[in-house]
Amino acid sequence: MKLGRNIVGVFFEGLCRGCALLVCVAVLAILGFIFVKGAGSISWDFLSTAPSDGMTHGGIFPAIFGTVAITLLMIVMALPLGVAAAVYLNEYAGRGRGARFIRAAINNLAGVPSIVFGLFGVGFFVLFVGRNLDRVLQTGLLFGQPAMLWAAATLAVLVLPVIIVTTEEALKAVPLSHREAAYGLGATRWQMIRRVVLPQALPGILTGAILSISRGAGETAPILFTGAAYFLPRLPVTKLFGAIPMINPLDQFMELAYHIFIMATQSTNVELTRPIQYGTALVLLALTFTLNLGAILMRIRFRRKLRRA
Amino acid sequence: MEPLVQKTLVTGSAEAKSSSRSPVSTGGGLRQYHGRQRLREGLIHAFLAVNGYLAIFLIALIFLFLFKEGFQALKTVQPLQWIGHKTLDFDGREVFRFIWQPLSSTPKYSLMPLLSGSFLVALPATLLSTVIGIGCGVYLAELASPRVRELLKPVVELLAGIPTVVIGFLALSVLASVVQSVFHTQFRLNAFVGALGVSLVIIPVIASMTEDALRAVPNELREASYGLGATRWETLSRVILPAGISGISASILLGMGRALGETMIVLMATGNAAVFTADIFSSVRTMTATIAAELGSAAQGSEVYYALFFVGSVLFTLTFLINLVSEIVVERMRRRLRL
Repeated sequence: MKLGRNIVGVFFEGLCRGCALLVCVAVLAILGFIFVKGAGSISWDFLSTAPSDGMTHGGIFPAIFGTVAITLLMIVMALPLGVAAAVYLNEYAGRGRGARFIRAAINNLAGVPSIVFGLFGVGFFVLFVGRNLDRVLQTGLLFGQPAMLWAAATLAVLVLPVIIVTTEEALKAVPLSHREAAYGLGATRWQMIRRVVLPQALPGILTGAILSISRGAGETAPILFTGAAYFLPRLPVTKLFGAIPMINPLDQFMELAYHIFIMATQSTNVELTRPIQYGTALVLLALTFTLNLGAILMRIRFRRKLRRA
Repeated sequence: MEPLVQKTLVTGSAEAKSSSRSPVSTGGGLRQYHGRQRLREGLIHAFLAVNGYLAIFLIALIFLFLFKEGFQALKTVQPLQWIGHKTLDFDGREVFRFIWQPLSSTPKYSLMPLLSGSFLVALPATLLSTVIGIGCGVYLAELASPRVRELLKPVVELLAGIPTVVIGFLALSVLASVVQSVFHTQFRLNAFVGALGVSLVIIPVIASMTEDALRAVPNELREASYGLGATRWETLSRVILPAGISGISASILLGMGRALGETMIVLMATGNAAVFTADIFSSVRTMTATIAAELGSAAQGSEVYYALFFVGSVLFTLTFLINLVSEIVVERMRRRLRL
């Protein structure tokens, strides 16, 4: 009797173990395959030059530049908003109906399909905000067209839930006794948050920021119509006051994820450019993988430190 | 001043005892601020509150701007046209056809091929991910040793972090050929290849949510079950899994919502032929892929443009409802387990 029961158990437990193993194999296979196929294309030239000969040769530097620029712009917009929202939720909102609605909205925002963000970016940022800015500022057609600014804003909306959730988790981890000590010393609520809670939660907040940068760098659908370009002969830079070089947020841009997509589906000769596709995929994967791994390691250290505290 | 501070501390610790998850909302309500301090605290509170409600505002904005453009399409396209159109077949008989062809001389806007395409990818992907995801989640929560778990959890997270365009690219260039040589399919790119790719995205979702749900089951239940002489698997299958079933169902729903909304993988791997079919090895085109493929060439303000926003509205409504149900299920679980 006992033996029969054990056999069923061993079988199903083995099945679960197999599923876990399958996930590991899938991750290793994807990473390994892209690495083996892409490593051959990687060279200094590939990383530092622009595509040439109708995108069949050359490197991917403009795409790397665009990816870095747009994710930086995105995090600058999303981080303050997300952290402020998380502080409100965790420190002020309590557990009332308002907080419940906000949480439901955050979860729903996290589940909005990425292509819907793309539509929203076109309808709201480019056509509504951009065109109205043009009308008010009398700038002709400057803001009301796809640009890095609008693509970054769209991505910022997309990563907002990630930042809010990770920040809130970090805030929750700050021990109650530290808050009480601050109050006991006569601190106001905001002084307590700024001097006690936020500094301790900083590593957790940074983890969230890194995760969102990685997420934003890997997204393609939201930027399809809000600013990504097939090919640009120049980098999206401009001179501030005619002297200081800076990213031009009103220009279009090339981007790694979008570059993989067009090279794999719309290139004139898909087979010929396979090495470029694998090389680009390797660069993008290395970027997101490093960021994710860094965030995971940071979180483990952060948790250990808090447990000791 | 002193009694006030003391009162704060007392209520603070009392609240901490009653609920360990929200140890925070003490202090401000009981302290009396005066003058400039009061103004400053009030302003900061208001500023943070505005940011807090931002998520609700953004969801409302997305609804508004999607539906505003989507409803423009309803002005010129008749309700029946969204389902199909009547036409004559070769023998001159009247037949009802389900065709999406917005750019032909007489535009056809049947949503049926797009809906069937979306579900033909999303349902198999959800099914596959449910099996593997729950298995993986059960292993993580109940079977793995702490050390294995600490290694395996990051691996699951790394899978979730792989850009979908990379998965789509691999599905297109490698997986499709493998599937074709194994199943001898007519089309190299089909719904099945798309479903395999999409399941890689939702397995981490289901696995980690299943793990959370199972770990939330109180240890007393496990101990009681072992005390009655149950084996580990019996405890798992008859006590822990039933207790965590709401969380697991919520994860499946959430995974399905993700599968319906996934864009890049299906755009690259399903062949993008808008046919109304139930054949999993046929090329299909999902709602997401249709928007991604056609919005670029649709002139702003044209009928096609509005029709694509209408497709987006349908897609958004669908995923919104699925997410909402999933949210309610999780909320119910929290209340039942008194977390």
